[in-house]
Amino acid sequence: MATILAVDDSNSMRQMVSFTLKQAGHEVTEAADGAQALELAKKAKFSLVISDVNMPKMDGITLIKQLRTLPAYKFTPLLMLTTESSADKKQEGKSAGATGWIVKPFNPDQLLATVKRVLG
Amino acid sequence: MSIDISQFHQVFFEESFEGLDLMESALLGLSQGSDDPELIHLIFRAAHSIKGGSGTFGFTAIASFTHVMETLLDEMREGERSVSKPALTLLLQSGDVLRDMLEAARDGREFDPDRAATMQAQLEGLLDGEVGRSPVSSQTEADSRSAWRIQFRPYPDLLKTGNDPVRMFRELAALGEMTVEVDTSAVPRAEVYDAETCYLAWTITLSGDISREQIDEIFEWVDGDCDLVVEALGARQESPLPQSADTPKAPAAAPLAGGSDEDRRSGDDRRKTDRRTTAAADTSIRVSINKIDEIINMVGELVITQSMLGQFGTEVEEFDSGMIEKLRDGLSQLERNTRDLQESVMRIRMLPISFSFNRFPRLVHDLSAKLGKKIDLKISGESTELDKTVMEKIGDPLVHLVRNSLDHGIEMPDERAAKGKPETGVVHLNAYHQGGHIIIEISDDGGGLPTDKILSKARQRGLVGEGETLSHEETLQLIFEPGFSTAETVSDVSGRGVGMDVVRRNIKDLGGSIEVRSERDQGSKFTIRLPLTLAILDGQLLKVSDEIFIIPLVSIVESLQIDVNKVNAIAGSVEMYRLRDDYVPIVRLYELFDLQPSNTSLQDALLVIVEHDGRKVGILVDELLGQQQVVIKSLETNFRRVAGLSGATILGDGMVALILDVGGLISMSNRGPASQPPRNRERAA
Amino acid sequence: MKAVQEEQEVITATTQIGMTDDNQYLTFMLAGEEYGVDILRVQEIKGWDKVTPIPNTPDYMQGVINLRGAIVPIVDLRSRFCMEKLEYGPTTVVIVLRVRGEDNECIMGIVVDAVSDVYNIQEEDLRQIQSNGNSLVAESVSSIATVQEKMVILLDIDHLLNSRELADINGALD
Repeated sequence: MATILAVDDSNSMRQMVSFTLKQAGHEVTEAADGAQALELAKKAKFSLVISDVNMPKMDGITLIKQLRTLPAYKFTPLLMLTTESSADKKQEGKSAGATGWIVKPFNPDQLLATVKRVLG
Repeated sequence: MSIDISQFHQVFFEESFEGLDLMESALLGLSQGSDDPELIHLIFRAAHSIKGGSGTFGFTAIASFTHVMETLLDEMREGERSVSKPALTLLLQSGDVLRDMLEAARDGREFDPDRAATMQAQLEGLLDGEVGRSPVSSQTEADSRSAWRIQFRPYPDLLKTGNDPVRMFRELAALGEMTVEVDTSAVPRAEVYDAETCYLAWTITLSGDISREQIDEIFEWVDGDCDLVVEALGARQESPLPQSADTPKAPAAAPLAGGSDEDRRSGDDRRKTDRRTTAAADTSIRVSINKIDEIINMVGELVITQSMLGQFGTEVEEFDSGMIEKLRDGLSQLERNTRDLQESVMRIRMLPISFSFNRFPRLVHDLSAKLGKKIDLKISGESTELDKTVMEKIGDPLVHLVRNSLDHGIEMPDERAAKGKPETGVVHLNAYHQGGHIIIEISDDGGGLPTDKILSKARQRGLVGEGETLSHEETLQLIFEPGFSTAETVSDVSGRGVGMDVVRRNIKDLGGSIEVRSERDQGSKFTIRLPLTLAILDGQLLKVSDEIFIIPLVSIVESLQIDVNKVNAIAGSVEMYRLRDDYVPIVRLYELFDLQPSNTSLQDALLVIVEHDGRKVGILVDELLGQQQVVIKSLETNFRRVAGLSGATILGDGMVALILDVGGLISMSNRGPASQPPRNRERAA
Repeated sequence: MKAVQEEQEVITATTQIGMTDDNQYLTFMLAGEEYGVDILRVQEIKGWDKVTPIPNTPDYMQGVINLRGAIVPIVDLRSRFCMEKLEYGPTTVVIVLRVRGEDNECIMGIVVDAVSDVYNIQEEDLRQIQSNGNSLVAESVSSIATVQEKMVILLDIDHLLNSRELADINGALD
C-alpha cells in the first residue's frame, strides 16, 4: 500500500487520521507542523501528503507551496484538511498546488474514500 | 471498515484543554495591550483545532459553538475586525463556556444548552448578524438524471496539482456506464512535447442514476484548472422546477432526514461510549521525546556496563590487582548509570510548573477587576519542573496564597498613591530548583502583614500570653496557627474557613515547608519549599533497639542530648521534656513499637524533636546515623497500613528500614502507653 | 542454600515433565507433617534470612524482607498454626507465594521447617476432610491426599494468608 505523510498540530486528529490509514494497510508517518513535515518529505518520498491548514511554525498552504517546488513532489497528491468555513482557503490551497481537500469534520470512511480517489 | 473513534477522545479532550489554556493566556496578553499578531493566530488555531476535533469526534454542539468563535477570530486574524476590549471579554467568557462544554462531554454529562445558546447569541450579536446567512445554501441541483455528457478540457498545468484524469475517470466509471472520447488535437509534435503538460481533452458520456452532485464532487478539485461542461442528457433536461414544487426531490429528501436522525442516534451512542471510556481512562502524562531518548541512551550505557562486568563472571578465573581495579571501575560506572537512570525515570513524571502558574493570569485579571485594584502579575521560572502529583496537590494552596496577596496584600490604588507607591501593584510568582527541591515564591509589593493586628488577635485567641513578647518573625509565624485569619471580614475572594494553617498542612503533607517574610508597606513574600517528587524523601536514619528507622528530615526540629534535670513526669506517667519555654512529651519508640529496649535510661540519651501540625514530641533514640535520600515503598502493596509508619525503604545493604509517620506517632503517643500495654514478645529470629 | 537451589531445579524439571491434567503441589514439612501448596502459586523458595520486624503486628508476622525491591511480609507458619516454636536451622526455608485477595494479588512468604517434594496429584485422589472447625489449620486445609502411602495436607493459601484476615486479627489486638 501507500506511504502517507499525515500533518496536523492536533494530536487527536493526527492520531485518528494515522490510525485510520494504518488500518487500511497504509504506511503512515506523522508530523506536527509544516516545518517538520517538509523535513520528513525531503528525506523520504511519500506517495500522498495529508495536511492540516492552520498550524504553528509553518502552515499547510506554505507546506504545499514548498513541497511543489521539490522535484519529487511535482505530481504527488497533496490533500488539505480544512473546515467548511474556509472556502477562500480552498482556493488559496489550490493555487498553492494542493490536489484537493478533505472537509472537516469527516469520519474514517470518508477519509479512506477520499484517499482512494488520489492513490492510483 | 469500522473504526472506533472514541479511542481518540481522551487525547482530544486533553489537547483541547491545553488549547483553551493557551487561548486564555493569549487573550489575556491581548487585553493587556499586546499587539503581537502571533497571539491572535494562536487563539484562532486553538479554536480551529477544537472545532475540527469536536466535529470529527461527534460533539456537534461544541463544534457549532466553536464555529462562531472561530468566525469572529478569523475576522480579527484577517484584520477585518479590530481586537476590541468587549470582544476579548466575550471571547474569554466563551472560552469558559467551551471548557464547561468539553468537561461535560468528557464526563458524559448533559450541558445546559441555554447557556451555550446565550453565549453563542452574544458572539453572533458581535458579528453583526453576518453569520445569520445560512451556509447550507448550495447552488447545485440535486436532481438525478439518467445520463450526462461531460466535456473536460484540462489546462496544461493540471497534472501539477497532483490530480490525475485517469483516476478521475475511474471514479466516474464507478458511478455508471461510461464512454470516453479523447481529443488529441492539442498534442504537439514530439520534439516540443512536454511530458509534464496535459494536452488531451475528453468527452465523457455517463449513464445511470447519477446526480449532478456526484459528478461535481469528482471535478471539485480541478475547478479552475480546466474547462468543464456538464450537460444532462434525456427528456427531463429542460425543467428546472422551483425547489418547493420539486416533487421528485421528496424521496431524496427523506433519506436525508433519516440520515440526520441516525446522526443523532449515533451521537447518543458516542456519548455512551464516551462515558465508558472516561470511567476506564487512566490519567496520562505527555512526555517529551527528549526525555525518553535520554532514558534509552542510559539503558544503552547500562547494558554496556553490564556486559563489561559480565565478562568478569565468565572469563576471569583468578583476580589479580589489575582486575580488581577494573571491577571497581565497572561497579562505580554501574552506580553512576543506575543513579542517572533513576533520575531520568523520575523526570518522566516531571512537568514544568507553568501548568500550575498558567491559571493565575486569568485569576488576577478577574479578581483585580472585582476588587477595583490595579495589579500586574509577573511570572518567572515557569519552566521549572516538578512531579505531576506534587503539582496537582500544590495547586490549591497556591491559589489561596495568590488570592490572599490580591485581597489583603495589594492596597487600593488611592491608598498606594498616598503611600507614594505606583498605583499598580505587582504580584510575582517565581520558581526555581535548589538541591532536590523546588522553591516557589509568591511575593507582592503590597501593605505587608499587619503584625500589630496579628499579635492582638493571637492574644485574643489565647495563642500568645498577655505578657509574652514575640519577635517580628515569631509574630509572622502566627498566621499559620490553626483557626487564624487576618481578614477583618470574610470576603468571597479569600474564602472562608480555610486559613493559612490548611495551606501549611497541605504543604507539610507533601514533605515541604512554607516561610513568610513581610515588611510594612514593602510587601510580603511566601516561600514554599517542596520535594521534587513524592517517591523520594530526605531522611534521618536512626537506631532504636537494633532496628533502623527513618524520620523525614522535614519533620525534625532539632536533635539534642537529654539533660535529666529538664525531664518532668506528669501524673507519674507522661514524661515531658522542657525545651526552652515549651514542654514536649517524650516518646519511647521501643514502647510504642513493642521492641526489646537496649537502653531505657534517659541520662545523656538522644532526643529527636519532631513536629507535625503544630504539635511537637521528642523521640528517644539510641543512635543517630546518617542522612540520606530514600525511595519510599508502600507497605500496603503486599501487606497493609501500619500505625506509626508511612512506608518502608531499602537500605544500601539490602535490608528493609521502616519510615516513621510522625503524625501517626504523635497520635499514638497521645493515647499513652496505658491504652497499649507493652507486650514484650519473643521473636523467633 | 545449596539444598534450596537443588530443590528449585527439581521443581522445574518436574513441571516440564508433568504436562498432564494433574495438579502439581509443592510440599513442605511442618512439625513432622507434610503440607502441600499449589505449585502455580509458588514464586520462589529462599533460605531464611534476617527480616525487619513490623511493630504491633501479631507474633506470627515475622516482618518484611526486600525481595528484589519489593517489600514482602513473612509469616511463620508454625506460629500461625499455634504450634511449638522451632529454632530456625539450615533447612528452614521461606516459600514465597502469590496470594489472591479480594481485589488484588500480593506476595507473601511463609517460613516452614523444610521443603519436601513436588507431587502430581489427580483430582480424584483428593479427599475432602470434615472440618472439626476449631482452628485455622482446619479452616485452611482444602483437602487431603495420599501420596506414596503418606498423607499430604493441602492448604488453601488464599484463606491462610489473606492479608485482610491478618489485618482483622491485628485490628482485634489494637
